[in-house]
Amino acid sequence: MTGDADLFPGPDRDEAERILGRYPQEHRQSAVLPLLDLAQRRHGGWLPAAVVDAVGDYLGMPSMRVRELVTFYSMFHDRPVGRYLVQVCRTTPCWLRGSDEVLAAARQELGIAPGETTPDGDFTLIEVECLGACADAPVVQINDDFHERLDGGQMRAWIHAHRGPKEG
Amino acid sequence: MPKLSIDGTEVEVADGTTVLRACEQAGVEIPRFCFHERLSIAGNCRMCLVEQVGVPKPVASCAMPVTEGMQILTQSERVQAAREGVMEFLLVNHPLDCPICDQGGECDLQDQALYYGRVRSRFREAKRAVSDKDFGPLVKTVMTRCIHCTRCVRFMDEVAGVPELGTMGRGEDMEIVAALEGCLHSELAGNVVDLCPVGALTSKPYAFAARPWELSHTESVDVLDGAGSAIRIDARDGRVLRVLPRVNEDINEEWIGDRSRHAVDGLAVRRLDQPWLRRNGAFEPVSWDAALAAVATALQDAAPARTAALAGDLVGLEGMAALADLMRARGVASVDCRQDGGAVGAGVPASWRFNATIAGIDRADAVLLVGTNPRREAPVINARIRRRWRATGIPIARIGPAIDLTYPVTELGDGPDALAELARGTHPFVAALGQARYPLIVVGSGALARADGAVILGLARQVAEAADAARADWNGFSVLQRCAARAGGLELGMVPAEGGLDSRGMVSAANEGGLDFLYLLGADEIDPEAFRDTFTVYQGHHADRGARRADVLLPAAAYTEQEATYVNTEGRPQRARPAHPPPGGARPDWKIPVALAARMGSPLPYDSLAGLWRRIEAAHPHLAEIGQLPPPAPLTSFGDAGGELDGAPFTEVVPDYYRTCPISRASATMAACARAVADA
Ligand code: SF4
Ligand code: FES
Ligand code: FES
Repeated sequence: MTGDADLFPGPDRDEAERILGRYPQEHRQSAVLPLLDLAQRRHGGWLPAAVVDAVGDYLGMPSMRVRELVTFYSMFHDRPVGRYLVQVCRTTPCWLRGSDEVLAAARQELGIAPGETTPDGDFTLIEVECLGACADAPVVQINDDFHERLDGGQMRAWIHAHRGPKEG
Repeated sequence: MPKLSIDGTEVEVADGTTVLRACEQAGVEIPRFCFHERLSIAGNCRMCLVEQVGVPKPVASCAMPVTEGMQILTQSERVQAAREGVMEFLLVNHPLDCPICDQGGECDLQDQALYYGRVRSRFREAKRAVSDKDFGPLVKTVMTRCIHCTRCVRFMDEVAGVPELGTMGRGEDMEIVAALEGCLHSELAGNVVDLCPVGALTSKPYAFAARPWELSHTESVDVLDGAGSAIRIDARDGRVLRVLPRVNEDINEEWIGDRSRHAVDGLAVRRLDQPWLRRNGAFEPVSWDAALAAVATALQDAAPARTAALAGDLVGLEGMAALADLMRARGVASVDCRQDGGAVGAGVPASWRFNATIAGIDRADAVLLVGTNPRREAPVINARIRRRWRATGIPIARIGPAIDLTYPVTELGDGPDALAELARGTHPFVAALGQARYPLIVVGSGALARADGAVILGLARQVAEAADAARADWNGFSVLQRCAARAGGLELGMVPAEGGLDSRGMVSAANEGGLDFLYLLGADEIDPEAFRDTFTVYQGHHADRGARRADVLLPAAAYTEQEATYVNTEGRPQRARPAHPPPGGARPDWKIPVALAARMGSPLPYDSLAGLWRRIEAAHPHLAEIGQLPPPAPLTSFGDAGGELDGAPFTEVVPDYYRTCPISRASATMAACARAVADA
């Protein structure tokens, strides 16, 4: 992981430049969050330490400052995650509306506890705090999509439909 | 200039003042953990809450700027309740381990809990526990005690310029971690211990050594580099247990380097605590009387032209003055205080002082570093240059080896040729210096100790003059002395008289069998092998290099054991004070030449410290103005610009920051630091 070329190959390079363009040159470091997001998408949904350091180098930031951000924001992952990242909201509104049942269904169907990844590497299950969509509680975020007003059955059905080698 | 009222009293403060500062100015104390006046504002601990009339929620005073007409209450019931609430949250996860915590007795959290803590905890759940981290040999961590004020993180980031600490995770899971376990790569790392408001970071070498109320405190100055930082020596039972910085805004603000703070364990080992005499190749313990008799005989037998005296890096004015007087009385011309071989510094004060003054760095708007690594030669001075760079982005250039100084530097080359180009005005950096109003040219003492030191000094002066750096209101020509004794020795004029040998001359004379008697006053940075055939007296506190080849060892007090005056690199005399008496039979430096003179039947004209001070003052009035800067010295012509430059590159003069003198070489802590840096 040396040089920007490996960090943002091909078209990502333009995307990175476009993101940087949104910030004044002397505040280049403000682009750190969108760039980490971009890097995470290009590295299998998580951020290996070398990638984190490379983002720091790219922006001229000490790697410690970037590592802090990666561990602070729950959207960044410093360990590998599955192809589907299933994030079950457990904050009060979702909990009142049945998040326990949704989580139990996911646990049972996937056979893993929150924080774990299925052996085939397809699913990672985690619990998160309020996703900001309480009006449609309970909410589960899977990769970039919100799945709202879920119940246990629907959670199970979704997992069924995405099992196996199918692309999602 | 907004006006506000604090607890009903009207105050007027400068624009941009925060409420917390305004309260301080009004004499109202505000509790705080995260706020520190020399660090950026974090506003994360909430201990500084105050009430602003008309505002529904309490406000964090450290982060709140004053606005016109604000009404602040600091003593209301709401404030008390708010602070009690904050304290209760802080204590939720803080262990109740004060009895086994080294911070006990000097802990901000303990103190504030007295005012804002509940008598009994309402927290019934399990407290969190955090694994300890390895921050190296100086900083002990007990991370469960951390309250996440981030002072340590901000210090490393902002002041030290070594961003190796950080916060990982958030909320309950937050932890302070180091980039690399086992070492913080900063010469200022020890300061995080002072900054940590709780017992999360404590001093590793001082762990479980004492409680603060058992210690005697002695206000003194540091002598392990040339900056002259203000220190407090904490001692108990005739032993220095720790050294802490004191505030001196003009020098060290409130930081000190790690060697200054942590080399003191070296004061307890390898000490010379009684006189020794070499008989048939082996040292034998003898009485003072016998030792002085042996020295007196040898000195009387030696011809003045074949006699020499050399002072080392840690000695104060008094010892040097007494030794110089003794030698002068015998007609000895070969005395020197520059064991590093510095050929410069006779007569013209501006040629050896940091004329810009350390506080003057805050005005500098372009900096040229010549053959110096201020990070290792004077970390507190380097921190000031860094702060100036952070605040204004001034251009900084260097001639010398490329080593990270914690701020960006333009490399002009590693040899003196670049300096010659600058002096000829053909180098592009000349423009930056020329445009600057307050150009600062820092010349390292190592650069001046080269064989071509005089030429380098002259070239640097030319560069300064060309940049108009030497005016009535500003003298940017600054020599960074890295040893505490050097400026003092030069101010006293402890350099060879007409026809005398300097330290290089002494070595070659000795090698050729031309030196019969040599008096080493704490001089350890020369090769003792050269003096194998010379009768050598070593006066000092450690059995270090200088003692190795000596014929007589005269035990002397270290800087923590005697009253002595040190002149820092600015030319500012300051006084070190004894924290306890010297061990065994060791005596204050000045007394030994005085006793020797008396023994030889030609006593010196003083036999008390007061008398010696009067004598120094008569010859050098400014050396009696303790703590004051000397009167500005004009940049008259000095340095032999006509000599030959030796094209060799400048080299790192302090390859090992942690071990530079007999005290630090004897220190196990410093050895551990050097190992940690080498391993990491
Ligand atoms: S270790 Fe000390 S200084 Fe650092 S964040 Fe924790 S409490 Fe603050
Ligand atoms: S509580 Fe679940 S989305 Fe807000
Ligand atoms: S001192 Fe104000 S929030 Fe910490």
